[in-house]
Amino acid sequence: MTVETKENGNEITIKPVGRLDTTTAPQLEIQINAVLEKAEQLILDFEELEYLSSAGLRVLLSAHKAFMKKGSGKMLICHVNETIYEVFEVTGFLDILNIE
Amino acid sequence: MKEVTVEATLESIPVITEFVDGQLEQFDCPVKAQMQIDIAIDELFSNIVHYAYHPGTGPATVRVEVIEEPLSVVITFIDQGVPYDPLAKADPDVTLSVEEREIGGLGIYIVKKNMNEITYEYKDGRNILKIRKEL
Repeated sequence: MTVETKENGNEITIKPVGRLDTTTAPQLEIQINAVLEKAEQLILDFEELEYLSSAGLRVLLSAHKAFMKKGSGKMLICHVNETIYEVFEVTGFLDILNIE
Repeated sequence: MKEVTVEATLESIPVITEFVDGQLEQFDCPVKAQMQIDIAIDELFSNIVHYAYHPGTGPATVRVEVIEEPLSVVITFIDQGVPYDPLAKADPDVTLSVEEREIGGLGIYIVKKNMNEITYEYKDGRNILKIRKEL
């Protein structure tokens, strides 16, 4: 997996490319943590993400919680494919995360 | 039937995934089923890495076979570590609020939902975990 980060003022887009699993999830976590403070809007663009496992869910949940704790800003997830959508669905993450 | 034996470490996960994907390609496995199987490999093999030989390591074998009627791929994970039944745990509550949410147990739950069958047995000093996915 590779991770691309784009900054546009306070809006930051992070795009993981490939597979988000046990071995690659720490990479995404590092990228998110690096922008957590300054991001007013964090967009996770999953257009080129093939799938994610529970290791990926863990990173998304802790990022979401960090934004809630910060009290400002929002984390959005977009361009989710069918396989990923179903993982969010069965785990109840559709109700927790902001998914477009 | 094909199988591969590797060391139960996180570094082996991409090796196992590539091995299984290579086998699946020979059976025109739909992309979605392949991704769900790859997710299952990540969940189940990382479990073996974390529990079977902790804090050491040891061998783990992954076997791939295709059976007929209904056409399915069966993947078997075998290790010689401490007995560990990942199916013994209750399913997580997926309706909890974000504050109460924990990740523990979600991995095996995703596997249960995505596969047609999952079985565990401890036999001759080995953990044998089997998943079946219809193609």
